[in-house]
Amino acid sequence: MSARSGAWMRLRGMVRKESLQILRDPSSIAIAFIMPVLLLLLFGYGVSLDAQHIPLAVVIEAPDTYSTGFAATFAQSEYFHPQRFDSVQEAEQALRERRVDGIVWLRSDFSRRLLAAGDAPIGVILNGVDANQARITQGYIQGAWQRWLHAYAVAQGRELNLPVAIEPRIWFNPALRSRNFLVPGLVAVIMTLIGALLTALVVAREWERGTMEALMVTPIRIGELLLGKLLPYFVLGMGGMLLSVAMARWQFGVPLNGSFWLLLLTSALFMLVALGMGLLISTVARNQFVAGQIAILITFLPAFILSGFIFDIGSMPAPIQFITHVVPARYFVAILQTLFLAGDVWVVVLANAAALLLMMLIFFAVLSRLARKRLE
Amino acid sequence: MLQHILALALKELLALLRDKRSRFVLIGPPVIQLLVFSFAATYDLQHAPIAVYDQDRGAAARELIARFVGSPNFQVVAWIEHEAQIAPLIDERQALVVLRIGPRFSQEILSGGSGSVQAILDGRNSNTAMLALNYVQSIVSDFNDAWALQHGRNGSPSRLEIRPWYNANLESRWFVVPGIVGLLTLVVTLIVTALSVAREREAGTFDQLLVTPLRPVEILIGKSIPGLLVGLFQGSLIVVVAVYGFGIPLRGSVGALYLGMALFLLSAVGIGLMISSLAVTQQQGLLGAFLFLVPAVILSGFATPIANMPQAVQWLTYLNPLRYFLIVLRGVFLQGDSYTLLLDQYWPMALIGLFSLTMAGWLFRHRMY
Repeated sequence: MSARSGAWMRLRGMVRKESLQILRDPSSIAIAFIMPVLLLLLFGYGVSLDAQHIPLAVVIEAPDTYSTGFAATFAQSEYFHPQRFDSVQEAEQALRERRVDGIVWLRSDFSRRLLAAGDAPIGVILNGVDANQARITQGYIQGAWQRWLHAYAVAQGRELNLPVAIEPRIWFNPALRSRNFLVPGLVAVIMTLIGALLTALVVAREWERGTMEALMVTPIRIGELLLGKLLPYFVLGMGGMLLSVAMARWQFGVPLNGSFWLLLLTSALFMLVALGMGLLISTVARNQFVAGQIAILITFLPAFILSGFIFDIGSMPAPIQFITHVVPARYFVAILQTLFLAGDVWVVVLANAAALLLMMLIFFAVLSRLARKRLE
Repeated sequence: MLQHILALALKELLALLRDKRSRFVLIGPPVIQLLVFSFAATYDLQHAPIAVYDQDRGAAARELIARFVGSPNFQVVAWIEHEAQIAPLIDERQALVVLRIGPRFSQEILSGGSGSVQAILDGRNSNTAMLALNYVQSIVSDFNDAWALQHGRNGSPSRLEIRPWYNANLESRWFVVPGIVGLLTLVVTLIVTALSVAREREAGTFDQLLVTPLRPVEILIGKSIPGLLVGLFQGSLIVVVAVYGFGIPLRGSVGALYLGMALFLLSAVGIGLMISSLAVTQQQGLLGAFLFLVPAVILSGFATPIANMPQAVQWLTYLNPLRYFLIVLRGVFLQGDSYTLLLDQYWPMALIGLFSLTMAGWLFRHRMY
């Protein structure tokens, strides 16, 4: 028997053993297929930055044509759910009790100053606890105000004539639908979780039960062992990945502007990195308790917070930006957001794919060294 | 009875802290995560890369551009000369915004008309794009006011006076760091409790525990204590770092905060033990903890507001103890809320805690293999 056919046979045996193990214990199939669907549904619908029907208190101290006309712009907007309050004290109490997110306050002299001096103040109080939402609300209020200025100017028989008129053009996502931005990133977060969980627990269990030692005294080589463990989970993980991508495209209606094959290729690369990370965790930890804890701590939260999936990496302090470079999800999020929304931008895709490839090589190099040493 | 509980709690704590690696897992990562995430989790836009395409090159255009150059929110990364340079800059993420000033800008603005300026934004991150657009608009609006004043043009007939309460500078860190208190406390408590029964079941020692004179209530309390202690320790540590390290104002009463934390820990421990007693193996226990933790974080209002979720998902969040604790944390830290204002957050956590602990105790005896 030649060396090559021996290796092939051992690898096939290993793959067969792992596949049987997967098929007999339905929990890994559940991790690979049911979890992505559930998570994607939950998050795809649950995670949204698009504010709608913001509860807004409107206080008009002296209702007349001008002041009620201004208040009406809020009632027309789908962003707001305006509620009238009689006094600003009542409105402030509502803000304190979190019943409204903001107050728009027209004092009794609003119309007089509007017509006379032309600098009628409009008081706006926002609940600043959620700073991001407060900013978004502020933007919407400014937009409503601008629309009212236009309407007011037209009603006065002239045109609103600002020195500079800004004309925004938003590329890739003209309606600024936050779902288009979040769902591709979610795929990366979810697959990080699944890849690491699949392998971390399973291999740690073998160490714990001592069957890893039993495997190591067979003629199988360390590379074959790792590959044999990896292949069945890779197939499982890619199945989950395809399911997620299909859901992003059809269920959530995120446009896929880039090429599908490029997406598939980069996904496969990322899946290897995620599985490699799981294998590494379980090899280092060697018991399920610690492996599981590490998997939770270093996969889900970093992928959620440090990947650029929701928080912009460019706005983080420099040392934190540096740390994000070791989070594999970071590269995959960039690839996914670009492939889905912008198309095949080679510079972005290639640079990030190269980083993933490098991480994969490092993981597997460390892994094969560690696994060999682990027998003590 | 007290003696029984103490003995069991002591044994649980020893089991937890005996192993060096699991000791480290309890202390090390949460501290690191607190530091990293608190700095990382920001929605604020600073030094956003902007590219300028000035087709006009007049004095008015230079004046406008100077305002962008001087803004801390933007950093000019490129001066564009040709139309064709715009697309690659945006596509390759080198610039978030391209400001394009039309060739007739000076002429238009000096003749009393409106000078047209285009802002092209990378919409891949819709939130950053919206923030950047808001900044662009406020810079332009300031420019408009100044220009109207200098050139005797009609200003705007009214003005907005915007005043954010509780967080005057709208720093998102003030919002995120109190949230991290809840997030990390939940993670640690769940990790401690979710495996405590499953591990014993797997090893077969849980059956032994059940045939000792200990009653299920005593087992329940004994198993809860380590989770409560570790959670309380972690939570307090993070609160101290939030106040003294990050300078987040703690405006309300510490008592209101700790009442919330105690009830939250009770519900977190209850859920952890419930998962743990449902699980037959440690793997199932961990998986269960994970399956609870991930949705609990996403559907808590930690990163994205609950009000933006569809109604059905909003109902689901009522089952999530983290949802209530986050409101307590942010309420006490930033709004200075009193006990009465937070009553509606306290009782659901107490209810969740009571229910899950009862369930866990019941499962101890009724899920036997």
